[in-house]
Amino acid sequence: MNANGWIQLALYVGVLLLITKPLGLYLLRVLDARGKTFLDPIMRPIERLTYKLLCVDPEKEHDWKRYTAAMLIFGFVTMLFTYAILRLQDILPLNPQKMAALSEHLSFNTAASFTTNTNWQSYVGESTMSYFSQMVGLASHNFLSAAVGISIAAALVRGIARHTSKTIGNFWVDLTRVTYYLLLPICVIYAVVLVSQGMIQNFKPYDTVSLTEPFTTQVPKVDDKGNPAVDAQGKPVMEDKKIDSQTIVQGPMASQIAIKMLGTNGGGYTNANAAHPYENPTPLSNFLQILSIFAIPSALTYYLGRMVKNQGHGWAVWSAMFVVFLTGVLVSWHYEAAGNPIMHQLGVDPASGNMEGKEVRFGIFNSALFATITTDASCGAVNSMHDSFTPLGGLVPLLNMELGEIIFGGVGAGLYGMLIFVVLAVFIAGLMVGRTPEFLGKKIEPYDIKMAALVILVLGFSILGFSAWACLSKWGAPDPVTQQLTDGTNNNGPHGFTEILYAYSSCTGNNGSAFGGIGANTPWYNATLGLATLFGRFAMIVPILALAGSLARKKRVASSAGTFPVSGPLFTTLLVGTVLLVGALTFFPALSLGPIIEHFMMHSGKLF
Amino acid sequence: MKDIFIEIKNSVIATIIFAIILCGVYPLIVYGAGQLFFPNKANGSLIEGKDRKLVGSELLGQMFSGEKYFHPRPSAAGTGYDAANSSGTNLGPTSQKLKDAVKAAVEQYRKENNLTPDVLIPADAVTSSGSGLDPHISVRNAQLQTERVAKARSLDENGVRALIEKFTDGRQLGILGEPGVNVLKLNLALDGALP
Amino acid sequence: MAAKTHSIFDPTIVVPAIGEAFKKLNPLHMVGNPVMFVTEVGAAITTVLMFTGTEGAPFGFLLQVTLWLWFTVIFANFAEAMAEGRGKAQADSLRKARTQTFGQRLTPSGGLEQVPADQLRKEDVVMVKAGELIPGDGEIIEGAATVDESAITGESAPVVREAGGDRSAVTGGTRVLSDVIKIRITSNPGETFLDRMIGLVEGAKRQKTPNEIALTILLSALTIIFLIVLISLKAYGIYVGVTFSITVLVALLVCLIPTTIGGLLSAIGIAGIDRLVQKNVLAMSGRAVEAAGDVDVLLLDKTGTITLGNRQATAFVPVPGVTEQELAEAAQLSSLADETPEGRSIVVLAKQKYGIRGRELHDMPNATFVPFSAQTRMSGVDYNGQSYRKGAAGAIRDWVGGRLPKEIEEEVESISSNGGTPLVVAMKEKALGVIYLKDIVKGGLSERFERFRAIGIRTVMITGDNALTAAAIAKEAGLDDFLAQAKPEDKLALIRKEQEAGHLVAMTGDGTNDAPALAQADVGVAMNTGTQAAKEAGNMVDLDSNPTKLLEVVEIGKQLLITRGALTTFSIANDVAKYFAIIPAMLLGTFPLIAPLNVMRLQSPTSAILSAVIFNALVIIALIPLALRGVKFRPLGAARILRRNLLIYGLGGILVPFIGIKMIDMIITAVHLA
Repeated sequence: MNANGWIQLALYVGVLLLITKPLGLYLLRVLDARGKTFLDPIMRPIERLTYKLLCVDPEKEHDWKRYTAAMLIFGFVTMLFTYAILRLQDILPLNPQKMAALSEHLSFNTAASFTTNTNWQSYVGESTMSYFSQMVGLASHNFLSAAVGISIAAALVRGIARHTSKTIGNFWVDLTRVTYYLLLPICVIYAVVLVSQGMIQNFKPYDTVSLTEPFTTQVPKVDDKGNPAVDAQGKPVMEDKKIDSQTIVQGPMASQIAIKMLGTNGGGYTNANAAHPYENPTPLSNFLQILSIFAIPSALTYYLGRMVKNQGHGWAVWSAMFVVFLTGVLVSWHYEAAGNPIMHQLGVDPASGNMEGKEVRFGIFNSALFATITTDASCGAVNSMHDSFTPLGGLVPLLNMELGEIIFGGVGAGLYGMLIFVVLAVFIAGLMVGRTPEFLGKKIEPYDIKMAALVILVLGFSILGFSAWACLSKWGAPDPVTQQLTDGTNNNGPHGFTEILYAYSSCTGNNGSAFGGIGANTPWYNATLGLATLFGRFAMIVPILALAGSLARKKRVASSAGTFPVSGPLFTTLLVGTVLLVGALTFFPALSLGPIIEHFMMHSGKLF
Repeated sequence: MKDIFIEIKNSVIATIIFAIILCGVYPLIVYGAGQLFFPNKANGSLIEGKDRKLVGSELLGQMFSGEKYFHPRPSAAGTGYDAANSSGTNLGPTSQKLKDAVKAAVEQYRKENNLTPDVLIPADAVTSSGSGLDPHISVRNAQLQTERVAKARSLDENGVRALIEKFTDGRQLGILGEPGVNVLKLNLALDGALP
Repeated sequence: MAAKTHSIFDPTIVVPAIGEAFKKLNPLHMVGNPVMFVTEVGAAITTVLMFTGTEGAPFGFLLQVTLWLWFTVIFANFAEAMAEGRGKAQADSLRKARTQTFGQRLTPSGGLEQVPADQLRKEDVVMVKAGELIPGDGEIIEGAATVDESAITGESAPVVREAGGDRSAVTGGTRVLSDVIKIRITSNPGETFLDRMIGLVEGAKRQKTPNEIALTILLSALTIIFLIVLISLKAYGIYVGVTFSITVLVALLVCLIPTTIGGLLSAIGIAGIDRLVQKNVLAMSGRAVEAAGDVDVLLLDKTGTITLGNRQATAFVPVPGVTEQELAEAAQLSSLADETPEGRSIVVLAKQKYGIRGRELHDMPNATFVPFSAQTRMSGVDYNGQSYRKGAAGAIRDWVGGRLPKEIEEEVESISSNGGTPLVVAMKEKALGVIYLKDIVKGGLSERFERFRAIGIRTVMITGDNALTAAAIAKEAGLDDFLAQAKPEDKLALIRKEQEAGHLVAMTGDGTNDAPALAQADVGVAMNTGTQAAKEAGNMVDLDSNPTKLLEVVEIGKQLLITRGALTTFSIANDVAKYFAIIPAMLLGTFPLIAPLNVMRLQSPTSAILSAVIFNALVIIALIPLALRGVKFRPLGAARILRRNLLIYGLGGILVPFIGIKMIDMIITAVHLA
């Protein structure tokens, strides 16, 4: 934990704070159907045209049921759209590498995952997806799922800010305005800046370069039928293979990466995601990427403060997120910098930390920081392999996701998820001031608690339930040699369990990052992980919008010295406490069987 | 029920409109700007050799194992630095496989570079990167290989050190990231292959 | 014989409560409390597993865990039974008076028949004579009587009750001291306020308040989550190669689900109603008690609530040329026949301050007393050829011929603006001076209102006085606001206005014309002496008919809510320590290297699990007194109360079980139970 790391951390936090207010104020205009922005001259005509084609009256708002229906149907239609593109990839254009169509289960998993802003990838991007699939099938969701998330957050905030109101907004107006005024303009600039750092943006086929020093390597021998050959002992037979060239991936990457980060999607163009030198060429591009992950979620807290006319509340929510974020960074950084004692015994320099799965240009600190941020927010892009983190360094991203992606969180999703914890915190502790609980003048009643409780239940049910099911099943691909069923994990012992737990935490949390060792491109994994993404998204959004509708309808209670304070350090502490007690404790038993026990094993040199 | 049909119709139309703007117009704008302002970078920062043949990308590592070259980090990308198959090992800290691999790499590194057992090996030299395409090695790693490379090429070690320094990408803006030596460019320079 | 406070350990309540605790084990009863129901099911499962021999643990350990799981359920039931017992004891003591009463019911033919009180129905008319007990709640339709209401209020002075007007209501169990009255019974047996209140404290009939329902939903959700946690943990164990016995999983489950608040929730609610009863206030619903906590505007009638109800003469201010002595004498003469408290206070002041001997009316045979009349708005005496009059400035001005001296006009103005009431005294059509009648503000109110201000409650005084007077009294009593020259309908309008602005309003009232306002208010406390209409409209009845009690009602409401919140927070915070006790214990057998996680250094896996289960059960017992008595209410702003309670019940909730479990572990290890 060197000084340079501390300086970079301070710089990051400083810049994040700096952009929070201006971007929050801008959001205020974007999320208001009549809001004026400096982009009106360019975007207004396109916006009007869009409404015209949709036959939407931008002045007309809807109640929560209509809003939810529109959101669900739109989600379903876009998911179908992507499913079709992936299934038909081989006959669609822009496929210079002649990629084949995807299987049903992989297409379902990918379509569900991108629709839900998860971007879990059971596939290897550069060897599976055509340019068309990347650019249309996937990148469209990068925009739209982000815009949906922000719209839902805005609807909930309106519900809190309004009183005795039936409506919470118009889904189509929110979706359109967020896309046109917020995401698209930023991405145009941002993508070009990324190109300036070395990110590719072209439509040419993959390049082939000749190696300066060709080399020979051993690869498993394959028999005539394409199965791996085995010798008499059942061990795979290896054969020499001469490598004299390098195939270099190309394509429209920058345009997709800009929205992948800004929209907290995280679905990599390549398999290595933001660790790939094209997808994250320099430390500056890395800085911009992590900044863009938190930019909108952070600004949304400011938007919240403005909307409810209690900026202190906005900042208190921000601070709670920040406290958990900072704790995560420091823990992860500490353990990654400390490294793996097993390696140290082999003669590896302890001062260089745990570099397995990390890039030299980012080093320990930026890898730990990125890992924390990408899982705090439901981004899921990775610039280092979480699977190879030390147990406790890797516990941080895992726990971050299990908390429900509320530490700044996914665009929109983070705020609406955190507001559920706010409602719970107010409800549990609110009584202690001697009044029935109220949140910003709204009484928290049984219906509201039912909705909030549903959200928490879905989270625990999907993560723990699916993980347990997977643990008892063998859903991985059969072992290529023995043909025995496997659980698909790349590691044994507690770490293997962590890979499974991480997968369902990631999908339910709509994160999409992975303990990448798990081979999840099998029918059962694809199906259950896809379902987890859908639960994690829609089974939470529906009760959240119901809550928004309920809060909007309520009368507002006047505030006084006896009103439960929802701003200031005290509330921040309470909120953090609630997140940890209600959120984290649920996962403590599971975590103790995974990373926690592995930590002790690593220190006693036990291997698997 | 009528509302449902309206929303289905809206969803379909919206998908088409947004697909055109977000998946057609937008990438093309970025493509145009990229090709206009940063053509080399937008096309992969490719390096042409003296004979105008492509020899690699500035950003992507390549495999080197001969003694006159600086060696990159171990790679889990395909058969090693397969730039169409980026990947890390995804081995966890308590993996026997990882320990075996690191142990072998440490021994090999010591042997190749003629190091005594008390020299601690920089972690990057014996661990795989996340992408398997890491173009960099740490400065310390490069320094430990200097003697071998200089000897194999019968060069002055100081000259090699100067080259290392030249191809070291420092912290960006003096703050961001960690310094690293670009192995491909360094090796190409040693070969005199850079134009 | 007002309701009295019972000690927490009163054996007449504790002993039956123990029996009740076992009776409540009936699953049909338990199912209403999901947390404790799950606990009971868990206990039943471990009971069976003790004998299957599949648990791979010593029988002694299984037996102990099972027993303590049962204790957990029984302790929770005991808490509820205790609260119910205390409530019933109080209600019974109120009800006792009535049970053996008989009423003389008027038959249709006009005769009288003797009927037991509990057979009297609504609309029956009974005749009650001096010395008899009133057989049921009702309204006087004929006659007037003095009534001894000490059975209900504990106040020994008899009160006058008469037909018509606002003093027509009588309560069953009170005794008529004089005269004969006809009473129309206003409630059927089992529907009196007392009966309803008794229903509220009896668990079976008790309706959960919205807040209790919401809390139950949350607690149920947490219970389901922990069920998922435990079931999935079994699967993870299989994957990682650890076998978790069902008994241990159930033990962990029961420790993690919020049994503390789940077990005490209904006791807290009942105890809140009990505390109201101790203050001689009957609540019509649990919701009303909670609403009292939420109230942030109190509408207080000036008379009786803020002031003693009567004005008193405090000074005589003569015009120039008249001595105070002369004025005092005239004032006394004019008030001799004035039997109102104001009139008497003038006589008293004249005697005390100016030594003017009290005269007896019969000493003054030639005096003609002029009583107060609506036309003249004056009272006085014609004596020895002199006319003495006192009255409001306007009335005297007319009497003396249209003009009052400038000094008097000034004085009248000044007294009014100070909240006093000026009475002008005149003799022979000449104004002599002014009597300063002052409203006497009850003691200690200003400090009380200050407390309320601190917790964000605004106090508004309602008075028929003019704005000047009202302002002065409001200032003296430390009120935030006032509504002057208020008519009954203004009260309703004011409540509506405040509610419109998002406030929750509490008020007291007794008259029939208060009824709409009482119904509109979020908390309407009807005086027991008030009319039946008022009592029906409000959601609480104060048996003492003491309007100031509204303040205590609010405090009790807040105390109830704080107690519920504090124990919820405490219960959830407890989980941290229980995890650190049980999880290492569960894993230690298979993975000895996890020992550092056993931060409490508990002796063995079995002692750790047992200690956590025992702590979990005992903490319910330990908190029963707090649940019944309530967390002490402090008049602080919400932020300070929250900080304080979060420290005690949040942080304390995290720390206490660490200490508790460690101590239990040491004890059971020492006595070789584990």
